[in-house]
Amino acid sequence: MQKGSLKQILLITDGCSNQGEDPLAMAALAKEQGITVNVIGVLEEDTIDEKGMQEIEGIALASGGVSQVVYSTQLSQTVQMVTRKAMTQTLQGVVNKELQQILGSKTSMEDLPPDKRGEVLEVVDELGETVELEVLVLVDTSASMKHKLPTVKEALLDLQLSLNARMGNNSFSVFVFPGKRKEVERVLDWTPNLGSLSTIFPKLTTGGITPTGPAIREALTYFKQKRSLRSLISRDEQYFEESGM
Amino acid sequence: MMNNTLKSQVCKVKPGTLITGKWHKKSYKVIRALGYGANGIVYLAESTSGLVALKISDNNMSITSEVNVLKHFSKVQGSALGPSLLDVDDWYRSDFATNVPFYIMEYISGETFLSFIEKRGKEWIGILCLQLLSDLERLHQNGWVFGDLKPDNLIVTGHPPKIRCIDVGGTTLQGRSIKEFTEFFDRGYWGAGSRKAEPTYDLFAVAMIIINSAYPKRFSRSANMNGTEQLKQAVKTNPQLKKFEKVLEGAIEGKYQQAAQMRKELVYSISRVETHSSSTPKKTVKPTTNHHTRTQRRQKKPAKYGGIIETLLIVIFVCLGYILYVYGQLL
Repeated sequence: MQKGSLKQILLITDGCSNQGEDPLAMAALAKEQGITVNVIGVLEEDTIDEKGMQEIEGIALASGGVSQVVYSTQLSQTVQMVTRKAMTQTLQGVVNKELQQILGSKTSMEDLPPDKRGEVLEVVDELGETVELEVLVLVDTSASMKHKLPTVKEALLDLQLSLNARMGNNSFSVFVFPGKRKEVERVLDWTPNLGSLSTIFPKLTTGGITPTGPAIREALTYFKQKRSLRSLISRDEQYFEESGM
Repeated sequence: MMNNTLKSQVCKVKPGTLITGKWHKKSYKVIRALGYGANGIVYLAESTSGLVALKISDNNMSITSEVNVLKHFSKVQGSALGPSLLDVDDWYRSDFATNVPFYIMEYISGETFLSFIEKRGKEWIGILCLQLLSDLERLHQNGWVFGDLKPDNLIVTGHPPKIRCIDVGGTTLQGRSIKEFTEFFDRGYWGAGSRKAEPTYDLFAVAMIIINSAYPKRFSRSANMNGTEQLKQAVKTNPQLKKFEKVLEGAIEGKYQQAAQMRKELVYSISRVETHSSSTPKKTVKPTTNHHTRTQRRQKKPAKYGGIIETLLIVIFVCLGYILYVYGQLL
């Protein structure tokens, strides 16, 4: 049986993009490829930038992902919550699509009686626990992020701890933008273990520009092409038969 | 935390509002709000069969997942850990033109763990944790792990005081991954183990609850120290925790595979302290070197003499009875 995988980009940034393509357009492109972009906005204690907030929410919305704005102290907990929520959201979307095929175009989980809803959710839970997950972490290393990077590193190690407790496999890869020569630079190739971040992060240099759009575009090309979300849907059918839906 | 304020408006209900379910047609009259959670609001409400707690949320997923857990709880025989589930339904809210999911559970009234201990005394810490461990043992045997165990989720109710859990949102099947946790009570945060749902995960949290009772403000991980070492230091240096040192260390290191094992050790550390304090006033010689095991042995001696006297008395009474009986027969 071919296994499907969930693909996510986790974008950690503290503000507005100022170079290259519109990040919202790139997020929409990601959605077309079955990849969600989850955005975490890391704030200083007292700055709330209206324009930055809009962009953060916009990117998530355009790609079907989740966004959250936090102060850097709460980052660890938020990163794992956002990743999980996005996973459930995607899986729920897949299951809803499945339900519509069976029960008619207008049906979604909310329209089912509470008892049936519970059964459907158990399927979603089961999938969330066992599905293979690919997370491409995209870290903004513009100058203002410099002193937040140690917290970002902690948060990513914490994310790994949470996700590796699942039954399904995980692979992570870490990119930073702006890179040394290019707009985006890979600092860690696909791996189940983020341990080496501890040695990589202190060496990172921070730059002035924030090319969020180009970074998302680049990141999309790094996902393994061989598996698609489609295969995930075919896998659901088996779960549905089992649970007698 | 995830929901913005605008979205959760739909959960805000004024006292006196009548909430009627779309599927089961039962009605509940809202009295007041009991608590605000990350994904919903809990209200005290009146139903035809008395007071109930009503949880309402704009997040259908989290409500459904909590209901699933509560249903499983009700299957665990004799476990009083979580509230019992009474009804699940949707409420069509006309002013928002939307269906809002809600569920009804047993209303558990009481005080939160830490405020109860503050009022009634520190000696309750160990006793309440013993109750908690018995409930956890039963939950673990049924294949579940509680997950987000913390004092805020624990309520002490009734006479005699009994510990109950009010938030079951973190309960997870064993072998899966913990989804909801609070950093201070999470062994992953302290570098003391994985976030896999295993009995040892809950037992670590129980240890942290005891530590929290001595450090009400909690504390965070220090950057230049091993997390478990930091916790052990915190236990050693606190006079209130010293007596629990062995059991706390065991739970932090994940030594106890079952709640019952930790419970046994906790019983031992509590009763040891009590014999110690009750026997000190009687002591006349060498009060400084009173070793606990020694005091226990010394206490047994009078008990043995008492036993012999008791037996003698019983024998005498039986003999007297027999003599009376024989005397009665002869007459």
